[in-house]
Amino acid sequence: MIWGVVQFPGSCDERDALHACELANGEARLVWHEERDLGGVDAVVIPGGFSYGDYLRAGAIARFSPAMEAVAAFAAAGGPVLGICNGFQVLCEAGLLPGALLRNEELRFTCRQVELVAEGSTAELTPSAGGEPSSRLSIPAKHGEGRYYAPDAVLDGLEANGQVAYRYAEGHNFNGAARDIAGVTNEAGNVVGLMPHPEHAVDPLTGSTDGLRVFEAVAAAGARA
Amino acid sequence: MTVETAKHRELGLTDSEFELIVEKLGREPNDVELAMFSLLWSEHCAYKHSRKLLRRLPTEGERVVMGPGENAGAVDVGNGYAVAFKVESHNHPSAVEPFQGAATGVGGILRDVFALGARPIAILDSLRFGELDSVRSRHLLDGAVRGIGHYGNSIGVATVGGEIYFEEPYEHNCLVNAMCVGLAKTDDMVRAAAAGVGNAVVLMGASTGRDGIGGASVLASAELGEGDEAKRPTVQIGDPFEESKVLECCLELLGKGLLVSLQDLGAAGLTSSAGEMASAGGVGIDLDVARVPLREADMEPFEIMVSESQERMLAVVEPAKVREVLALCEKWQTGGAEIGVVTDTGRVRVLRDGEVVGDMPVEALVDGCPLYDLEPAEPEGWIYGNRATLSPDATAEEELLALLAAPSIASKRWAFEQYDSVVGSRTVRRPEAADAAVLQLPEAGNAVAVSIDGNGRRVACDPYEGTTEAVLECAQNLACVGAEPLGLTNCLNFGNPEKPATAWQLDRAVSGLADACNALGVPVVGGNVSLYNEGPDGPIYPTPVVGMVGELPDPARTAGSGFVAEGEAIGLIGPFAPTLAGSELAKQRGVLDVGLPSPDVAAVAAACAVVRDAVRAGRLASAHDISDGGLAVALAECAIAGGIGCEANIEHLRERGCQPEEALFGEGSGGFLVSGERAGLEQLGAVLIGTVGGEAIEIGAGDRSIAVPLADAERAWRSLPAQAERDGA
Repeated sequence: MIWGVVQFPGSCDERDALHACELANGEARLVWHEERDLGGVDAVVIPGGFSYGDYLRAGAIARFSPAMEAVAAFAAAGGPVLGICNGFQVLCEAGLLPGALLRNEELRFTCRQVELVAEGSTAELTPSAGGEPSSRLSIPAKHGEGRYYAPDAVLDGLEANGQVAYRYAEGHNFNGAARDIAGVTNEAGNVVGLMPHPEHAVDPLTGSTDGLRVFEAVAAAGARA
Repeated sequence: MTVETAKHRELGLTDSEFELIVEKLGREPNDVELAMFSLLWSEHCAYKHSRKLLRRLPTEGERVVMGPGENAGAVDVGNGYAVAFKVESHNHPSAVEPFQGAATGVGGILRDVFALGARPIAILDSLRFGELDSVRSRHLLDGAVRGIGHYGNSIGVATVGGEIYFEEPYEHNCLVNAMCVGLAKTDDMVRAAAAGVGNAVVLMGASTGRDGIGGASVLASAELGEGDEAKRPTVQIGDPFEESKVLECCLELLGKGLLVSLQDLGAAGLTSSAGEMASAGGVGIDLDVARVPLREADMEPFEIMVSESQERMLAVVEPAKVREVLALCEKWQTGGAEIGVVTDTGRVRVLRDGEVVGDMPVEALVDGCPLYDLEPAEPEGWIYGNRATLSPDATAEEELLALLAAPSIASKRWAFEQYDSVVGSRTVRRPEAADAAVLQLPEAGNAVAVSIDGNGRRVACDPYEGTTEAVLECAQNLACVGAEPLGLTNCLNFGNPEKPATAWQLDRAVSGLADACNALGVPVVGGNVSLYNEGPDGPIYPTPVVGMVGELPDPARTAGSGFVAEGEAIGLIGPFAPTLAGSELAKQRGVLDVGLPSPDVAAVAAACAVVRDAVRAGRLASAHDISDGGLAVALAECAIAGGIGCEANIEHLRERGCQPEEALFGEGSGGFLVSGERAGLEQLGAVLIGTVGGEAIEIGAGDRSIAVPLADAERAWRSLPAQAERDGA
């Protein structure tokens, strides 16, 4: 399968995401933010970083890029999309995922290895779809604006629909996210976003390989689509 | 004449320097020329009080790819790859405005590295502040750490290590030194020398504004004092997003072979970049300031020439390739403008719409500044203060906990968690996981280790021995992760060199640096000098900061500093003969004085080799060098890092002649604390001093024995956030 990793000016983690996609399954290529055509990729990754310098608001400018129009159409057609950190923020700004990411409770950028719990009955893209419900993942998180927020009614709906994809394990929610939410999916389950960085957890030498499972789950969904 | 005289003095030139400029030009300089001369002849740019001393440093070695004189140094790491690195100061800007000062310090050192065609892969920082009980120090610490994080995180370069010390003499003049490490294909690297008469000079990146005007001369080349608030406009403002774009643009341009040479714009802006490129290439350069993209349309030519607006690069491009270069700038949404041409005149000419507004020989501008001899005189006794914070009647246990809680020794997790240490997927050892950061290089098939060190207090006690110790500590840190040193960069942070005591410190420190590098066979491939670091209360501690890069063949074969397994033996390796001179304990007791013992450099080097080889062979479970706070603190650090206690004794150090408190808390070079299988450690020649295990740190030392629960030690060691954020920040 072929992965497309969207690159905006200010993206930081696109090369790591490419490498992770290749390790997970298949080939990967960058999609420049000005391209309106995703070039027939099977799955899309919106990587981490500071697209457009995070000016105005994290993800607020990137959502208007030509590539994001193509990603919206791709997602609407059921294509698998994974947003990581800034990519998660972009997807929320674009309305492809519910909720918003606010500044961390302590108002500081924090980089820390965190434990996640994957869950969600309709979250096809999470490892739990592979038959390992509530499996824990050790993955680095690094952000200043990662506090997941949505009104209580929306949060209730997400939980009822199984759209909570990843939660911080107890003691690991350093940003103050509502209900310990680290990642969510859209209603259809083909678009997922999370704040921690699975692309930095694909090599035992750098700490963990748990991130590969996040990519493998996306690959599996892409193969089914 | 009186008007002119006042003007050149305001710009920091002496009367005799001004007369020399008049002599070299054959006339009086106009305002544009005077502004340009004043910057390039400033201490910051001309190294006029340090250049002669720096000639003592060894700069050659078989692995050296680029040495001093380029934007950064570089060493060969094999398989066609080189690692470029440099450390640079941004002290005075950070003392005036810590967030932007530190942020632009990071931005500047990144540009130095990617100017060579190397992709930055790591940042390290060496920071010095006053004691944390001062509101000002907490403000500077908070701002500098946020600034470093803001820039490094945003641009996607991992901040993998560093050090922070808190000492009274830095109260008014904090130090912010940033080091960058980059990776390049050796054949793709580019030098800064302009070449090819008729080639175009292209300015890339941000537009040019009025920020940072006079930063190098006004701010960096004079003492801090009253009225520093008014200097805030001389501090540059950083934009990491712009730098990210210009970085990617430059690397793509170099990858496509579109540039003849490349230089960053740092201190003194266009003036120094154009001057240095022309000087290095033995050519001339014509620049038309009317073609420089500006933030404010009414800027004067001299302002354009000296602006220190950030995120700008200057390139020499063959005429036929200019269009393609500008198109790539467009692609990356960064600025690109052809502003000049390489000439054969040997002169830097500044034009505005074709009219000459400045015209100077490159030689006079760049290399004409007089170099001064220092007039060193050894001060009589300890010239800094002493403040006792620990009772002389404290028990050894109380002393250990006080040392672990000392901000200079306590865990810096509060700071490094504000930095992205994982981007790039190279970080095999994150901050505080080992004595040096380890970065894998899959391209080259091996890994590099990086360390940055320099204990100003010990250098104040003895500039020669203290500087030697800084070099040895770096080498020991590299040995602990199995790395062999390849090259060294340094930043010499000192007070006013025109004062005899500071001149003496500088002179002795440079000798110590040179001798230690020669003894270890490690070349100095680049560096930076920051002088006039003084506040109203006097000079800073003399602070040479040493950054060292080493190579290790296999990133999977490296060690951490934490104890690993219950029952493993603890060993001491190396010629460690600690004393309380210059130690953290002596500081807390308020008994600091001049003098340090001389380390046996050859014996330390031999111990480094033993530890390095043992780590590479996988024979050690952990390795940690004994540094601030001595053996007891080192044992506690290994125990806390591993989450497992230990039991040890000081019998062997007593046999070496140490008093109990010297053995426990004394400092000095050459000590490694290792753990592993008992027989294996004995084979290495390690002296067995204890065993890993339990939930306490127990050290047998007669009536000074220590038994502290691990949890208590960890609580003290992790107390920095409470000390740094006591204002509720």
